[in-house]
Amino acid sequence: MRALIKSEGRWITAAAALSLAVLLLGVVGLGRNPALVLRLMVSRVLLSPYGLGQTLYKTTTLIFTGLACALAFRCGLFNIGAEGQVYAGGFLMTAVGLALPGLPAVLLIPLLLVVSALGGGLWALLPGYLKAKRGAHEVITTMMMNFIALALTNYLVMARFHVPETIHTQELPAAASLPLAGAFARTFQGSAVNASLLVALALAAAVWYFLWRTPLGFELRAVGANPEAARSSGVPVESRLFLILVASGALAGLAGVNFILGYKHYFEQGFAAEEGFLGIAVALVAKNHPVGVVFAALLFALLSQAGLALNTVIPRELFEILQSAVIFIVVICQNRLGEKA
Amino acid sequence: MPSTAAIALRGIVKRYPRVIANDGVDLVVDKGTIHAVIGENGAGKSTLMKILYGMVRPDEGSIELAGRPVRFASPREAIAAGIGMVHQHFMLVRPLTVYENVVLGQEPGRALRWDRRQARSEVSRLSKEYGIAVDPEARVAELSVGEEQRVEILKVLYRGARTLILDEPTAVLTPGECEELFATLRRLKQAGSTILFISHKLKEVMALCDRVTVMRRGKTVGEKACAETSREELARLMVGDMEIAESKSSDFRYEAAPETALELESVCVAGPHGRRALSEISLSVAAGEILGVAGVEGNGQRELAQAVCGLLPYYGRIRRAGRAAYIPEDRHRCGLLLCAPAWENMLLGRHREREFSSPLSLDQAAIRRYGRALVSDFDLRPPDLEQRAAAFSGGNQQKIVVGRELSKSPRVLVAAHPTRGVDIGAAALIHDRILRAKAAGCGVLLISADLDELLALCDRIAVLYSGRLMGVLPRGQANLETLGRWMAGLEQA
Amino acid sequence: MNFALQVLHVSGPYVLAALAGTFSELGGVINIALEGILLDGALAAVLAAYWTGSPWLGVLAGVAAGILTAALHAFACLRYEVDQVVSGLAVNFLAAGLCRFLLELVFGSSSNSLRVETVGSWGPLDPFLVLLLLLVLAAHWAVYKTSFGLRLRSVGEHPQAAATLGVPVLRMRLWGVLLSGALAGLGGAWMSLSQHQFTDGMSGGRGYIALAAVIIGGWTPLGAAAAALFFGAAEAAQIVLQTYGLRVPTQFVQMLPFALTLAAVGGLLGRRLPPAADGIPYSEEQD
Repeated sequence: MRALIKSEGRWITAAAALSLAVLLLGVVGLGRNPALVLRLMVSRVLLSPYGLGQTLYKTTTLIFTGLACALAFRCGLFNIGAEGQVYAGGFLMTAVGLALPGLPAVLLIPLLLVVSALGGGLWALLPGYLKAKRGAHEVITTMMMNFIALALTNYLVMARFHVPETIHTQELPAAASLPLAGAFARTFQGSAVNASLLVALALAAAVWYFLWRTPLGFELRAVGANPEAARSSGVPVESRLFLILVASGALAGLAGVNFILGYKHYFEQGFAAEEGFLGIAVALVAKNHPVGVVFAALLFALLSQAGLALNTVIPRELFEILQSAVIFIVVICQNRLGEKA
Repeated sequence: MPSTAAIALRGIVKRYPRVIANDGVDLVVDKGTIHAVIGENGAGKSTLMKILYGMVRPDEGSIELAGRPVRFASPREAIAAGIGMVHQHFMLVRPLTVYENVVLGQEPGRALRWDRRQARSEVSRLSKEYGIAVDPEARVAELSVGEEQRVEILKVLYRGARTLILDEPTAVLTPGECEELFATLRRLKQAGSTILFISHKLKEVMALCDRVTVMRRGKTVGEKACAETSREELARLMVGDMEIAESKSSDFRYEAAPETALELESVCVAGPHGRRALSEISLSVAAGEILGVAGVEGNGQRELAQAVCGLLPYYGRIRRAGRAAYIPEDRHRCGLLLCAPAWENMLLGRHREREFSSPLSLDQAAIRRYGRALVSDFDLRPPDLEQRAAAFSGGNQQKIVVGRELSKSPRVLVAAHPTRGVDIGAAALIHDRILRAKAAGCGVLLISADLDELLALCDRIAVLYSGRLMGVLPRGQANLETLGRWMAGLEQA
Repeated sequence: MNFALQVLHVSGPYVLAALAGTFSELGGVINIALEGILLDGALAAVLAAYWTGSPWLGVLAGVAAGILTAALHAFACLRYEVDQVVSGLAVNFLAAGLCRFLLELVFGSSSNSLRVETVGSWGPLDPFLVLLLLLVLAAHWAVYKTSFGLRLRSVGEHPQAAATLGVPVLRMRLWGVLLSGALAGLGGAWMSLSQHQFTDGMSGGRGYIALAAVIIGGWTPLGAAAAALFFGAAEAAQIVLQTYGLRVPTQFVQMLPFALTLAAVGGLLGRRLPPAADGIPYSEEQD
């Protein structure tokens, strides 16, 4: 366990150092002053309560999708369908929330959390079934389900739920709102970070406990490590593969909670456009460890928040390029050192 | 040096991170002879051949072909120098046709648009010239194992090889196909080819080859003319100073126990191409009995083990006295989580037991206690429960698997090749533990390709051939001759 | 415009990307990077056409950008054995960011480029369509009639076997991926030049749809092209129906390729197997 964290910690530190180096290189290449950029990064992101709040808000979503990908990777499956699962979970949650206007918060919020996980899990049901029964590759099926989710929710929003002139649904009842951090700590006022962060952190701990401290979690990891050995030891591999994908989908489904219950209170078309891919990136950099996921999510959130905060000085797109460069370099280094999880 | 040597390898060294595969190997092969290289699994034969074929680069040593020093950076260069290799695991592209496989990489005709007609006629010519019967137009996916091997030989001949390397070519063949292969090889020798024949089957070596080089633990330990040696001498060289198959038979006597541990009634298992992998198998194993299953590999042993363990669908009836413990034949593929620590490997399959877990938690302390007990009982080295399975030696890996399975105190044990590729010390320990399980009343189905192992451990020995049970003999009546005839499918009890 | 011609125009980029995917996967490299290659090709074509005033140089630039983007994917997958899916996704993410970055830098807009000329027609013939037809036939010929195709298929099916016969596995795979880049880059150039401009995110999932076409087409050039043509036809039909007031929701047409692919991998459309070593990295010295 300690060794695991050490190894993850190393990769996340390396990734952070790397992004900084590549960033400064890019800044110099564009003929801007690197010292200025550094100073702005610190003052606008790290030292500004708003910037930090926004970063933590972004971190929250990435923890959810990162955990989803890490769980699947750990168990030998490649879920690239997190984005679609976020839409499915988020949409189902919104629909249920809109249908139950009178419920008090104590009932409504737990219910909506469960529903969003259910929606995400539901969206992984078909890939799980096709994997277990037909041996269909989950990369292909989850990818296809992404596009179907996007198109389907777009259709449902436009045809049934949308507020005219917008691409989002009506707002949920007030009881469905998770409190903003700004309500408790003045420093975060105005930023979107909300109680979902606590849900995400609790979930990271729960995923860790599940994988390393329960017999079922052990079984799932065994299936990931060597399905034939697991089968020989009496593990029903097919049903476990199904379970892994559905559980991963449920984790991803919860990601919508941050945007919908915590921030905007409505479902918006394509609101999770890059979260699926970044979730994969987070899981990779974290080497699929739930604790690592929290820190890797923070790193990627910092990068995209820095992109927004510095847009006046350097184009935001530079940070997107930076993120993919980091992924490439980290994955290549992990392979070279034979540390593939 | 006399110039008759077609190949001379001198002082070859190849080191891998964990082992030295070749440690100063010398091999001299005369032109126009069939030369055997024998040795147990892991003796370094395959690595040596890969070096000769340019697939692996040696760390030290020299290679000479007909007196000229050469250095191959890739198989392409070895091929150009007239060396061809028939791999143990066939290297065929299954969706392509026979002739496409044969010419692949050296297609006749112009640079881009190659000449299929010429390829077909060339392949037919070769197959006629050397009496190798195979349809050039057939898809490889539809061929039998024997035919696939013929395609491999055609590939080598098409490239004009004068030196052929055959890596364990008979392991997958039926006796009839073996005879055909030997006839082909003798014809090739007459036509002037030099053949390197890798094997660990002494009988074949004595029947076919002119000279033989023996390897053990990465070194050459002897070179003999087949006419001037005996199987006993070669066996002694292969095994080394260790005693050959020390007999453990005296300590244990078979007493008919009233209880049946395992019973199979007309068990059939479907195989590929609509054939049966197992056909009407009926047998029973008593509690406290070891039933050995002998046979050439690929005659249904794997299917038998998997059916008994409930890992394969079957027809017929199988009754077990309890869940079968299973030592699979391939520990890397089916036995271990290579990237996981030793203790997790020891837990696998027992993780649901009350002793180690409740539905919501694993009892770390109990698991470590059990792990430490297993470590000392099986003398696991290094005695480190946190070390990843991949980092243990083969013998210690196998100890983890055997220890885990026997720790379940099973009523039924299926052990498939439990000491394959394992050092002598670990093998002796594993044999001892299996005998202990027997003494505790476990019924054991012991599948092995090693007749000595079977004769040393088993109460009765059954023979599988082509998915059928050829017969069962009590050990007292078992002799190599009868078993051999059954294994060759020549005669049935 | 004639409906058949319209279908061909809509399908063109799909077909080219599907051929691209087929070449890459036949050699054993999964190419999810198609989406990013289309995008880079599209932008490069517009940039070159804008700077030189010659749409044909734009086409060349699109092909070159496609090859370069594919080279990045190949470099990660072949040289460093990065997981092919991860690399492909990262290339797509990179391409999206890079294109927006360059769009901003060159045209000062984050949404679209200035207008450029497209290639002129050859009498009654559209050069893109002529090129498309030739390329589909050439792809089939290359895969099944040439030694290049034989070797490419062999490294995608059983790289160890190919290696023992002296076929350079990694070099063949590299060719497969680079060819893929060239074809998809051309598809990208077609996409942007026929619109006379580049718009942000204009690949719009075509790369992924092309992957779907590769699967449904059973990893054959003609099959993939036919599946891509079918998806293009569905899109064109939807546009035509809309002009007649028949509203089939766009979203359902968008779903079609993906739903069909699910049916295909689920075995509902008959079972076709991918190349046996598709997606499995190969390293030169294995022991």
